[in-house]
Amino acid sequence: MSAIDWELVRSSLGPLFDGLVRGTLPLTAVSFVLGLAIALVVALMRLSGRRLVAGVARAYVSVIRGTPLLLQLFIVFYGLPSLGITLDPWPSAIIALSLNVGGYASEAVRGAILAVPPGQWEAAMTVGMGPITTLRRVVLPQAARIAVPPLSNTLISLVKDTSLVSVVLVTELLRRAQEIAGQSFEFFTLYGVAAVYYWVVCLVLSFGQTRLETRLSRHVAA
Amino acid sequence: MSTPLLEARGLVKSFGANRVLRGVDVAVPAGSVTCLIGPSGSGKTTVLRSLNGLETPEAGTVRIGDVELDWATRPEARAVSRLRGQSGMVFQAHNLFPHLTVLDNVTSGPVFAHGRPRAEAQEEARALLTRVGLSDKADAYPVQLSGGQQQRVGIARALATRPEVVLFDEPTSALDPELVGEVLQVMQSLAAEGWTMVVVTHEMRFARQVADQVLFLDGGVVVEHGPPSEVLVEPRESRTRQFLHRLLDPL
Repeated sequence: MSAIDWELVRSSLGPLFDGLVRGTLPLTAVSFVLGLAIALVVALMRLSGRRLVAGVARAYVSVIRGTPLLLQLFIVFYGLPSLGITLDPWPSAIIALSLNVGGYASEAVRGAILAVPPGQWEAAMTVGMGPITTLRRVVLPQAARIAVPPLSNTLISLVKDTSLVSVVLVTELLRRAQEIAGQSFEFFTLYGVAAVYYWVVCLVLSFGQTRLETRLSRHVAA
Repeated sequence: MSTPLLEARGLVKSFGANRVLRGVDVAVPAGSVTCLIGPSGSGKTTVLRSLNGLETPEAGTVRIGDVELDWATRPEARAVSRLRGQSGMVFQAHNLFPHLTVLDNVTSGPVFAHGRPRAEAQEEARALLTRVGLSDKADAYPVQLSGGQQQRVGIARALATRPEVVLFDEPTSALDPELVGEVLQVMQSLAAEGWTMVVVTHEMRFARQVADQVLFLDGGVVVEHGPPSEVLVEPRESRTRQFLHRLLDPL
C-alpha cells in the first residue's frame, strides 16, 4: 500500500482549495492590512518623543513579541468571555492576528522611517510642509521601499500563522485538512496537500516581493 | 539707511558644551547678497540654519520681513514655521525628494504645503526650470541628473514658494569642480534679478564678484564684515587675513 492515496488527493484538492480561498487568504489579507495600520500608529507613537506615549507603544511591542501567538489567540477567544466579551471565532482570529502583526511590523516600520535621511525632513520643512504632510508625501513613500523586505517576512509568516486559528474553530486550510483526514485517516496525504498549498502561496508572495522591490527601487541610485 | 529685510541679533547656540554661536548679528538689505565665510566649525552654517529654525538658538532674535521670532522665549512650532515660510533653502547635498520627478520636486512646496492648484503650480515650476536651464528635465527623476543639475533643481524648488530670502548652505561644496560653474552662474543671475540671498560659501571669487557684503565668522562670532572689496581684499583683522591666505595658498 502506497503512503499517498492519489484518488484522495484529487478529491480533496477542491475542499482544501475552498479552505484556502475562504479561510486562509482572507484571514491573511484582513489581518495584514489591519496589522499594518496598527504598526504605523505604534511606530509613530514610539517616534513621538513623548515618554508616556512611547512607553505604551514599547510595552505593547514587548508583550506581543514576548508571548506565543497561540496564547494571544486563546486569550482573545477563551479569556475575554470571562470579562464579559464574547467574540465569534472569525473576529477573535482577526483581532489576535492583527495585534500580532502590528507588534512585529511596527519595528520594521519604525526602522524604515528612521532610515530616511534627516535632510529629507529638513527639505520638506523648508518648502513649508508640516510633520504630517512631510510624513505622507516625503517620508512614508521612501520608508515603504525600505520596509518591503522585513514586511514581506511578516506577511509570509502570517500566511502560515493563520493555521493556528484552526484551534478556535475557524475553518481555514489546515482545519479543512484535519476534518477530511479525521474521516479518512489519510493524515499524510491530506497534510501533504495542505503543505503544498501553503508553500505555493508563499512562493507567489516571494515572487511578488521581488517585483515590488524592483519597482520601488527604480528611482534610487544603486 | 532703510530697515533691512532680514535681521538677526545676538544669536547664541551651543551643541552640548560646545558654544558654536556667541552672539551673532546679521543684517541683510532687500535685494542684496550676503556671503558668510569662515573656517569649518566657525558657526557659519549654524547661523544660516538659525535664520529658518532648522537650528534652535538659545538666545537671539530673527526677523524676516514682518515675521519676528525671539529664540529666548522658546517659540512654539507654529511660530517657527511662520518664520521658516519667509525663506527658501538650498542644501549642500541638495536633499531633493528621490521618489518625485523634477517637476514634482519643484511643485512640492506650493502643492503639498500650500495647497495651490497643481496645474497653476506646474506652470510656474516649468518657468522656474527654464530659468535654471532645465526645462527639458521636468519629467526626469533626481537620480538621473548630474550633481550640478540636481543643485539647480534644488534652487528652483527653493524659489517655488516665492520666499523673501533664499538661504544657500555651501551649495557647491559637494560638487565636482567642473560642475560648480553652472550653479554659481544661476546664483549670479538670481542676484542680478534682485533676489535677496544669504550664502554660506567657500567660493571666494563668487563672493568677490556677486556679494554686496561679506561676513567673516570665526569661533562663533562675526570677526569682520563689510563689502567684499574690503573684507576679501584688504581685511583689517589678522584672523581674516590668515583664513584668506590659507584658502588662496593651501600649500
